[in-house]
Amino acid sequence: MMDESTELSVSITQIVQRLKGTHLHSQLEKQAKECMHKPEIKLETLKDDVRRLLKESGWERKLQNAVYRELHILPPPGHPRAPPEHAKEPLEYMRKAQVSWEKRILKSLNSMCSELGIPLARKRPVSEQKELTNKWNEMGTDEPDLSKFRPVYAPKDFLEVLIGLRNLNNDRCEDLTVRSNWGLIQVSLNVRDIPQMRETYPELGLTYGQLGIDDHTHVPPDLFESEHIVIGKKVVNEQDSAAAQQYSRQGCPTGLRAQLWTLILNTTDDPEVITHYEQLKARVIHHGLLVDNLIYKDVKLTASNDDYYFVFEDYLYQVLLCFSRDTAVLEHFNYNSATPPKSCVQSKSGSEQCAVVYPPNGVIPFHGFSMYVAPLCFLYNEPSKLYSVFREMYIRYFFRLHSISSHPSGIVSLCLQFERLLQTHLPQLFYHLREIGAQPLRIAFKWIVRAFSGYLSTDQLLLLWDRILGYGSLEIVAVLAAAVFAFRAENLMEVTSLASAEAVLADLSTLKVMPLLQIFLFATSV
Amino acid sequence: MRWLVSDMSKNKQTAGHKGAYSSQRKKEGEVRNCIRYRCGLTNTIQDVLIQRPGWVEVKEEGDWDFNWCDVGWLRENFDHSYMEEHVRICHFRNHYELTRKNLMVKNLKRYRKNVEREAGRLEAAKCDFFPRTFELPSEYHIFVEEFKRSPGSTWIMKPVARSQGKGIFLFRKLKDIIDWRKDGTRSEEQRDEAQVESYVAQRYIENPYLIAGRKFDLRVYVLVTSYIPLKAWLYRDGFARFSNTRFSLNSIDDQYVHLTNVAVQKTAPDYDPEKGCKWQMQQLRCYLTAKHGFETVQTLFKEIDNIFIRSLLSVQKTIINDKHCFELYGYDILLDQDLKPWLIEVNASPSLTASSQEDYELKYRLLEDTLHIVDMEGRLTGKEKRVGGFDLMWNDGPVYTDVGLEAMGCSCLVANTHLGCVNDRQKQLQQLLKPFPGQKRA
Repeated sequence: MMDESTELSVSITQIVQRLKGTHLHSQLEKQAKECMHKPEIKLETLKDDVRRLLKESGWERKLQNAVYRELHILPPPGHPRAPPEHAKEPLEYMRKAQVSWEKRILKSLNSMCSELGIPLARKRPVSEQKELTNKWNEMGTDEPDLSKFRPVYAPKDFLEVLIGLRNLNNDRCEDLTVRSNWGLIQVSLNVRDIPQMRETYPELGLTYGQLGIDDHTHVPPDLFESEHIVIGKKVVNEQDSAAAQQYSRQGCPTGLRAQLWTLILNTTDDPEVITHYEQLKARVIHHGLLVDNLIYKDVKLTASNDDYYFVFEDYLYQVLLCFSRDTAVLEHFNYNSATPPKSCVQSKSGSEQCAVVYPPNGVIPFHGFSMYVAPLCFLYNEPSKLYSVFREMYIRYFFRLHSISSHPSGIVSLCLQFERLLQTHLPQLFYHLREIGAQPLRIAFKWIVRAFSGYLSTDQLLLLWDRILGYGSLEIVAVLAAAVFAFRAENLMEVTSLASAEAVLADLSTLKVMPLLQIFLFATSV
Repeated sequence: MRWLVSDMSKNKQTAGHKGAYSSQRKKEGEVRNCIRYRCGLTNTIQDVLIQRPGWVEVKEEGDWDFNWCDVGWLRENFDHSYMEEHVRICHFRNHYELTRKNLMVKNLKRYRKNVEREAGRLEAAKCDFFPRTFELPSEYHIFVEEFKRSPGSTWIMKPVARSQGKGIFLFRKLKDIIDWRKDGTRSEEQRDEAQVESYVAQRYIENPYLIAGRKFDLRVYVLVTSYIPLKAWLYRDGFARFSNTRFSLNSIDDQYVHLTNVAVQKTAPDYDPEKGCKWQMQQLRCYLTAKHGFETVQTLFKEIDNIFIRSLLSVQKTIINDKHCFELYGYDILLDQDLKPWLIEVNASPSLTASSQEDYELKYRLLEDTLHIVDMEGRLTGKEKRVGGFDLMWNDGPVYTDVGLEAMGCSCLVANTHLGCVNDRQKQLQQLLKPFPGQKRA
């Protein structure tokens, strides 16, 4: 293993490498050059003077924010001689399972393509390009015939794969004992229990103020809310990414949330961002992809039917169609256990077939995918801004919800953690549900895969996502799932079938997320 | 269509049950065994009345203590009915002074003139919340002058007395309405006949605030229990109604784009009843706050309050005040791109038919709280500033909250309205009201 200082210098080198050549880099150089003309600069202390001026003008802060962002997406350190796939996912059985899952999805996509006789990609005729350009802001008015398309997969298909995961090194007895896992996930990963989480999430504790609890109507705002808003405004003024992340742990005020999230994600309004989006839009206009139909279908089936997100239908197309074509997203496969799928495409001359990444961003959408974007429409309505925020959230967090890995924020760990929490703290309930054929994960899985989007009311969902961003982890999603079961335990003890258990948990729109989390983490006896 | 009713009180006294129940109006000292009601509508209000403990429906000929009637019944019967002190009815005799578009405009214009005379231009500018409106055919000539002053502008024509979006159309050219000119020579009496319809021509708001490219308007509920002195309550819940298609000025013939009335949307070709095109007021307020910040939205809602208060003040002396009467108004408000609210119209009979389960529950709560305020059971002291989801907005003067702290950097006097805010009415009602006799405190 590398020692800490070597690891650090490797990381620094990587980050410097990544920041070289970015727009920020050229801006910093330009600013430094302009500093030279200032009278306060002395030749003897050139370096320090320039540094000081850059700090005072806020440029150092911008660099700090950029470095901070890079730290979020830095691939985990590995042994210098380990092959790259070991860095993405150290456990072999996980890697194998992910590869075989990817093969299945790709096969499904390719067979849909040949069945329907639709090419994976095609250049649009000029008339169609023109029409699409005109209709760009209202693509929702299109009613294409989507009946022959089916989603490539739905969350429940993915769940079956996870249930089938086995670690061959771990010889287990199949009998049900107190020590075995009662749930569906049959692999062992290191997941945290409540005492450990109390250490990790102290800001959610009973002695800390929270938005979602202490901004309730009967609590005088002086106690917490007013002060918290004042601090929030300061954080936004300072433009400090790390401070914003820390702040977000206690919730973001509605009026400041949009700015705070862009700060945490370090998405800027730089011209290069807008240009990049316009380029993607141009690609959408020029070429149609098979996955476009999957996106349309998903939006029509999920977001358009939602009481609150139906309004944003057009934005969802504008984001997701561009997302499919964004090759910059491929970068995240450096730390994603998945590999971008490749399809065989006829070359121009028609003589050869070459394997290209398809779709260009390497992400095949599944049923419900558009719900990752829908809540963000509440905060951002400029397409390029909305797009950058979504993309950053995807490559930091959401991708882990549908790839098989051992990462603590990965879907396998989250499911296992959910089941373990239930088994440890609500054993009677878990046992009862198991006996009636209602494995809790079968109900909770869809919440976890979507990080609760579409299940909670929007304001509650945003409070939850505040904490995901604040702690840089999806763990809180698993905890909330367990807390929901704890909250409805009484009713669940009385049901006698999976269907009635589903009914008890069908409507989460009235739940208040923060009290549930707080009670579960800090008021459960351990 | 029966909707599921959850969480509603189920304890009901059967008709004629004498028991321990005696309803006393503290003021008059009368004792009644139960409250007899008539209901002319067959929607949510019926459910609310049936399920209210101690209330019994009476048939055609019987005496009643409470009447939820439609305006037709009122017109025919009000003048011939003798009502005892305690009796309550859900309309004011001449509510149309506020709700008929031409009369409302007339009253508002006159009120504005008074305000300007007494308090100056700046104060009068606070009355500029309705678009330039002219009654046709009587004001045709002034209308033409205004029309010519703003070439290229779009106007909307609305029949004075119809509802649900019927008979409305948009126009940009005078020749579209040239027929009116001919009728302008008819006499007063002829114009008042039912066959001749009065219209108003109103400047169309061409820059409405759009959410995701769609136009919407707000439906807000205001309860008036007295005009002199003016006592008005504002309900926290309400909703935003979206047009089903994207907004564009190119197709003024497409009435589906411009009219956000649910009744009209239902007939649009791509209307999907499963979809629902409404947002709860809380959702809208949250969205606007996220977009524009807390202070801006606070100001916006203050301006909306201003619309309610001034519109009611403008008819205060015209409406025949009657202590038997109360009225639940449905206000339609439109926001423009500068976040200025505009008054579109006031409805004396806002639709109580539910378009979805959520809508049903909202209307049920609204009506239940309305009955709490009318207070046939004599449980209120009269000093309350909040009853369930209703906040007292005006009580012969502005009403301020009790919490006069320096919250959010505002000044000490905070208006007592909470449109689009959390409606934790159950808890508040439990603390406020004594339970109905025979009902345990939940």
